Amino acid sequence: MARIAILSYIKRDSLVHELTGRTKLIFFIAWSVAAMVTYDTRVLIAMLLFSFVIFKTSRIKIRDIRFVLGLAAVFLLLNNLFVYLFSPEYGVEIYGSRTVLFTIAGPYTVTLQQLFYHFNMTLKVICVVPVALLFIACTDPSEFASSLASIGISYRVGYSVSLALRYIPDVQREYHNISQAQQARGIDLSGKDKLFTRMKNSVAILLPLVLSSLNRIETVSNAMELRGFGRNRKRTWYNLRRMKRNDWIVAAFVLAILIVDLLVTFWDKSRYYNPFL
Amino acid sequence: MAQPLISFQDYGFQYMAQAEPTLHNIDLDIYPGEKVLIAGTSGSGKSTIGNCINGLIPFAYPGQKTGKIIVDGKEADQSSIFELSHTVGTVLQDTDGQFIGLTVGEDIAFALENNCVPQEEMKQIVERTAKLVDIDHHLQYAPHELSGGQKQRVSLAGVMVEDVKALLFDEPLANLDPAAGRAAIELIDMVHEQTKAAVIIIEHRLEDVLWRSMDRIVLMDEGRIIADMPVAKLLAGSFLLEHGIREPLYLTALRYAGVEIGESLHPEHVDKLALTDEIKSRVRSWYQTQKTRLQPEKKGQELLRIEHLDFGYTPEKYTLQDVGFTIYKGEMVSIVGRNGAGKSTLAKLICGFEQPVSGSICMDGRDLSGDTIKERAARIGYVMQNPNQMISKPMIWDEVEMALVQSGMPKEERKERVEETLKVCGLYPFRNWPVSALSFGQKKRVTIASILVQRPQMIILDEPTAGQDYRHYTEIMEFLKDLNRQGYTIVMITHDMHLMLEYTPRAIVFSEGKLLADTTAAHVLNDPELVKAASLKETSLYTLSMACGIDEPQLFTECFIGYENREGR
Repeated sequence: MARIAILSYIKRDSLVHELTGRTKLIFFIAWSVAAMVTYDTRVLIAMLLFSFVIFKTSRIKIRDIRFVLGLAAVFLLLNNLFVYLFSPEYGVEIYGSRTVLFTIAGPYTVTLQQLFYHFNMTLKVICVVPVALLFIACTDPSEFASSLASIGISYRVGYSVSLALRYIPDVQREYHNISQAQQARGIDLSGKDKLFTRMKNSVAILLPLVLSSLNRIETVSNAMELRGFGRNRKRTWYNLRRMKRNDWIVAAFVLAILIVDLLVTFWDKSRYYNPFL
Repeated sequence: MAQPLISFQDYGFQYMAQAEPTLHNIDLDIYPGEKVLIAGTSGSGKSTIGNCINGLIPFAYPGQKTGKIIVDGKEADQSSIFELSHTVGTVLQDTDGQFIGLTVGEDIAFALENNCVPQEEMKQIVERTAKLVDIDHHLQYAPHELSGGQKQRVSLAGVMVEDVKALLFDEPLANLDPAAGRAAIELIDMVHEQTKAAVIIIEHRLEDVLWRSMDRIVLMDEGRIIADMPVAKLLAGSFLLEHGIREPLYLTALRYAGVEIGESLHPEHVDKLALTDEIKSRVRSWYQTQKTRLQPEKKGQELLRIEHLDFGYTPEKYTLQDVGFTIYKGEMVSIVGRNGAGKSTLAKLICGFEQPVSGSICMDGRDLSGDTIKERAARIGYVMQNPNQMISKPMIWDEVEMALVQSGMPKEERKERVEETLKVCGLYPFRNWPVSALSFGQKKRVTIASILVQRPQMIILDEPTAGQDYRHYTEIMEFLKDLNRQGYTIVMITHDMHLMLEYTPRAIVFSEGKLLADTTAAHVLNDPELVKAASLKETSLYTLSMACGIDEPQLFTECFIGYENREGR
C-alpha cells in the first residue's frame, strides 16, 4: 500500500529512545509549560539551543519529519499574520515604548517592539515543536497508553489513544480502497469538479467508511470485553518499563529547568524581558 | 456421566431489535473436554448460541430469554462477561478486528493486563502460551506484518492465557485461505490434546473442520437444533443438504457413483473410508462412463490481453513481475494465489486505479494506458469483496442508478437502463426498498447491479463468496453463471476451491507477484506444487480417486464437475 509517512514512531537507537515513555511525557509537559509561560528572550534562546541538542541526540533526521515541520511552519506563519492583523500595536503596549520603522498602510505600522514580540512568540513555538515531535517520533506507541496511565490519567482514556494508533492505518487503507471503487462508478474527487459536487461526492465514500468503521468498533469492543477490559479500576501493563537512572536524571533536570524558568521569568514580576527600557 | 460444562435447558432467545425469536427450545449439553461442531447456514442461530455461551448475550446484546443456560455450574445470565471469560475463551471470526494490541506480545497479554497480573509473571505466561501456538518468534510484530493464520494464532493465545475450560471458535475458517484453514484446524486439535479444554467450533464448512476428528455435530436451522449426533451418523443421513450445508466432496462423489453412504463406511474422513472392492469398482466404472462425456472447452474471441506487466508500490519491491495472460470473451476465470501474491493489485491495474511501471493492458486490441478510471469502468466493472464497502445510497434504486447520474445520462434513458438491470439481477421487485432491508447476498447483488448498469463487457469480482454458506454461495454463483451465459466475461479473485472447481474451467495462479500457471482448475487442484504455491489444498476427490485405483485424479475431478453441471445439484 502506498502511504505517506506523516508522523509516526521512528525506531532508532538513541538515548532519547531509551528513556521510558513516562519520562518523555513528563519532559514534554514540563517543557511546554516552561516555554508557554515565559516571554523572556534569554530563557527562550537557552531552551531553543538545548532543544536542538536533544534533537541531535535522538538521531531523528530532519527529512524524517519534514512534512510535519512544513505544516508547523505554515501554522506559525498564519499565527503571526493574524496576530499582526488584529493587534499591530500589541508590542508597543507590552514594552511601553514605540520605535516606528516604517508604515505599511493606515493603522499598520511596523514597530521595533512589535517585531520583538513576534520574535519571542515564534521562539516559543520553535522551542516546543522539536520536543513535541520527538515525543511522538521516539515513543513506542505501545508505551503511550501506559505512560498516560502512569501520570494519573484513566487507563480507559490512555487505551483509546492506543486503539486509535492501532486502527488508523486500517481505516486509511479502507478509505483508499473504497474511494478507488467509487471512482470507477464515476465519483470524481480530483480537482476537476466544482467544490459542491466534490463535497457531495465525498459522502459516497464516507457513508460506507463510517458504516464499516461502526462494524469494526462493534468487533473491537466485543473482543475487549470478552477479555476482561474494564473489569478493574486499575490494570497492569505488558510494556511498561521501569524508570532507570537516566530517566530520573532527565525528569529531575526538566523540573529544574521549569523552576529556573519560572524564577527568571517572574523575578521582575513580568513575563516579558524588556530590552527597550 | 460427568456434569456438563455448558448446558442449555429449553432455552430461547429473541434479540431486542428483532420481531421473532432467534433461538427456540434449545436443549444442549457440552461436557468437559468434548469437541463439538455447531453447523448451520447463516441465520440458523449458530452464532447466537456462541454468544449465549460467552455472555455477549445478554450483556452486550440484550433481549428476551426463556429457559436457562448453566455454564460451569452457574446460571450464565446471573454471571457477567468477565466471569464467563474465565471459563470460556472466545476466538472471533474477524482475525484482524479482534487484534487489539499494537504488537503480538501486547495482544496476548491483554487479558492478563486487565486481571492486574504483575508484569514479571505476565511475561512468562505470554512466552509460554506463544510457544504453544508457535508464534513466540513474532512477539514484537505489528498486526499488519502477520498473515491471517498468524493473527488467528495470536487470538487463540490471547484467550488461552486464562486457563479456560472451553474454547469457542466463531467461524474460524472464514478469513483464511484453504491451506491456512487446514493449519488452523490442526492447531485447534493440538491445543485440545494439550489443554484438554472443551472445543466448540461454529462453522458451516463441514469438510474443512472434519479434517481433524470431532466428537459430534450439532446441526441448526431456523433457530432449532435439527440433529445432535456423532459425525458418522449425521453424514450417513440426508440432513445436511436439506438444511443448506454442503457435505464433503468425496461423499458427493460416492453418491454420484451410486454408493450407499452408511455409518459402516466411516464417512467422517476421506482417509478412514472403508472402501470395499465392490465400492471401488463401482467408482471406477462410473468414472469410465463419465470420461467419455468430457468435452473440451471452446475459446472465444480475445478480449483482454496483458503483456509483461510490472508494478511495485515502491521501486525496491515489485508486487507484480512480468505478468502476461489473455482473457477471452464469454469466459469465467478464477485468479488464485495466497494473500499478498498480487491478485488484488492486478485487478487495480486493470481498472486503472494504479499505473503499471511497464508492460501493457489491451482490450479488444486497444492499449488502455491512456484511459482514465472512469473510461475503463464503462468496459470493466470491479466489485469489492464486502458490499457494505460499496453501497453509498440508502435506497436500492438510487444505488444502482448512481453511476448513470454521474455520467449525465438523461432521466428517461436512466430509468429504462436501471429497470432492465434490476430485472437481470432479480432485484426488480425490491426496486423501491431501502438497502438496509436486504440480506448480505442480496446486497451483493445490488453492488453487482450497480456495476452492470454501466454495461461493462467484463466484471472483476474480489472474493464473491467470502463468508457465505452453501445456500448463499450457490445463489450468488448461479446468478453469476447466468450473467456469464448472457455474455458477460467474469473474472474472480478467490480462495474458494469449490468455486474454482465448479464454476470456472480456467484458473490463473499467482505466487509472489509472478504468474505461476494458467490452466484448468482441475489441473491446479491436482498438482501438489501449484496447490502449495497458491496456498490451496488438494481436494478429497484426489484422495478418493487414488484410493479407488484411478491414477488420473485430474480427469476424475473433471468428470465429477461435468456430472454435477449436467445433473444439477
